[in-house]
Amino acid sequence: MATTTVAPVATAAAAPGPVGNNRRWYEGATAHVVLIALLLVALYPIVYMIGTSFKAPDEILNNVNVLPRRFSPQNYAEGWIGIPGVTFGTFFLNSAVVAAGVVIGNVVACSLAAFAFARLKFPLRGFWFAIMIGTLLLPHHVLIVPQYVLFNSLEWINTPLPLIVPKFLATEAFFVFLMVQFMRGIPRSLDEAAEIDGCGPYRRFLFVVLPLTKPALVTTAVFSFIWTWNDFFTQLVYLNDLDAYTVPIGLRLFLDSSGQNAIAPMFAMSVLSLVPVFLFFLVFQRLIVDGINTSGIKG
Amino acid sequence: MADTAVRPAPAAGTTQTASRGRPGRRKEAVAGYVFLSPWLLGLFGITLLPMLYSLYLSFTDYDLLQDPEWVGLENYERMFTGDPQFWNAVVATVLFAVTSVPLKLAVALGVALLLYRNRRGVGLYRSLYYVPSLLGGSVAIAIVWQTLFGGQGAINEVLAVFGIPTRAWINDPSFALGTLVVLAAWQFGAPMVIFLAGLKQIPAEMFEAAALDGAGRFKQFWHVTLPLLSPVLFFNVVLETIAGFQGFTAAFVISGGTGGPADSTLLYTVYLYLRGFGDFQMGYASAMAWVFLIVLGIITAIVFRSGSLWVHYADEGDR
Repeated sequence: MATTTVAPVATAAAAPGPVGNNRRWYEGATAHVVLIALLLVALYPIVYMIGTSFKAPDEILNNVNVLPRRFSPQNYAEGWIGIPGVTFGTFFLNSAVVAAGVVIGNVVACSLAAFAFARLKFPLRGFWFAIMIGTLLLPHHVLIVPQYVLFNSLEWINTPLPLIVPKFLATEAFFVFLMVQFMRGIPRSLDEAAEIDGCGPYRRFLFVVLPLTKPALVTTAVFSFIWTWNDFFTQLVYLNDLDAYTVPIGLRLFLDSSGQNAIAPMFAMSVLSLVPVFLFFLVFQRLIVDGINTSGIKG
Repeated sequence: MADTAVRPAPAAGTTQTASRGRPGRRKEAVAGYVFLSPWLLGLFGITLLPMLYSLYLSFTDYDLLQDPEWVGLENYERMFTGDPQFWNAVVATVLFAVTSVPLKLAVALGVALLLYRNRRGVGLYRSLYYVPSLLGGSVAIAIVWQTLFGGQGAINEVLAVFGIPTRAWINDPSFALGTLVVLAAWQFGAPMVIFLAGLKQIPAEMFEAAALDGAGRFKQFWHVTLPLLSPVLFFNVVLETIAGFQGFTAAFVISGGTGGPADSTLLYTVYLYLRGFGDFQMGYASAMAWVFLIVLGIITAIVFRSGSLWVHYADEGDR
């Protein structure tokens, strides 16, 4: 009853088959049309970026189409050496070093802290845990000035150290929290069995809990990589030397130095800069999208 | 109790019943702090002490070269009474947050509802819609945005079709922030995925019961979907609000590191960066950081408080 009243009158009247079925088909089709149209809008900037990166110079001005008439890869060669004195190879290498350091740091340090919170009893555990949750909401802009002063006095500016070392001290509370939640789901009986066999806390961590935490470790690694690769703010603050630049900082310099004159080479480097993130997405797609479902991660 | 009964004796030297006896417990406490030590070091060395130091710096004049010079409340005074740019930054940030967060969440919820009703192809749509969220925060996309919304940009070509006058959106003080809002809303994939997960939790019988009672689509949405989805909505509101106030990359890159035109995209974080690392007014930047922390704390508290008014948890009240 309710369904027939809701269905659009026109289609219901024109329907050859049962009204309910027709309505469903009609609605399904409309929804797909809307979803696909929206998808085109949503993906347009990305297609535009890729398309433009392959356009020859004369096409940039004349061809209003998103896709180039013929694909010319020369923008990539041009962009790669677009900044005098350095190539994007340096930037990619620097970004890779930072990202690798952050991934290792987060996985190691956060799993250590998480094991303590999730599996061990010690005085003040609840207190420390509450503080850890408190730091989750702490905006990192608040810490950037004093941290800069600290790292500056250690002469770490223009090295990857200010970007990596804090991660080895489990400052990424979000991942600690993620792993605590995950470890709490691992049956206690496994720990207890290991305890009977004479395993202390250290071996229980290494041989029982850690192997079972693998999904959370992979999630941490993947998001650490993506967030670090895309990060701009901290890298902008700590890296001021061309040779220390990472990809986002290099791109920004490219934009500032060449502006609108070198759109296509700049877009080519923009595309390249996103390739590692996109590859991670292809490989870990399920985990990234579902990981958000289960743990509320924000991308 | 059950805990002690089940847990057997650890090593030799303790009796059967006192399995959680002293040596074991102490050993575990020590281990706890060993495991926690990197985090503790980070908490004090990289978070708490620097925070205190920045509080101290906020009462000083400091340019990194000379020692900090105590100036009392001068930085705060200047901020609130003598710095129009500060207020421009506040206005831009609030405008950005209160427009981008609702818009982004509305789009996310709308698409999630469409996807939820049409199971076919959900996986593919979900992944593809997520791509902007994945890439949107990068400098690369900010560069694309600058070109898209520039004078010669593709957006103008599209708008010209509808007879809308063309302009350099990013150079127009009335529209520049709008392009940032669109960029933020464009990344609706992440909250959408969370909405979808929440929608899946709503039992189908709820809709069937509502339909039997004569509730149409709109009523079902208003009286069934929305209340049952409110905890997830709340979660998204909290996350996006916090993120909304901290936007930096796009505003900085698109405005060429100025927050312009006419301070219209001078988000708080951009201004903080310019003061702290553009002209190395570390004291002033620290004061700005503390005001930011306190205001964000208040806003977060308000959002949490408001939750008790409109968030409906299934296990309380009428269930």
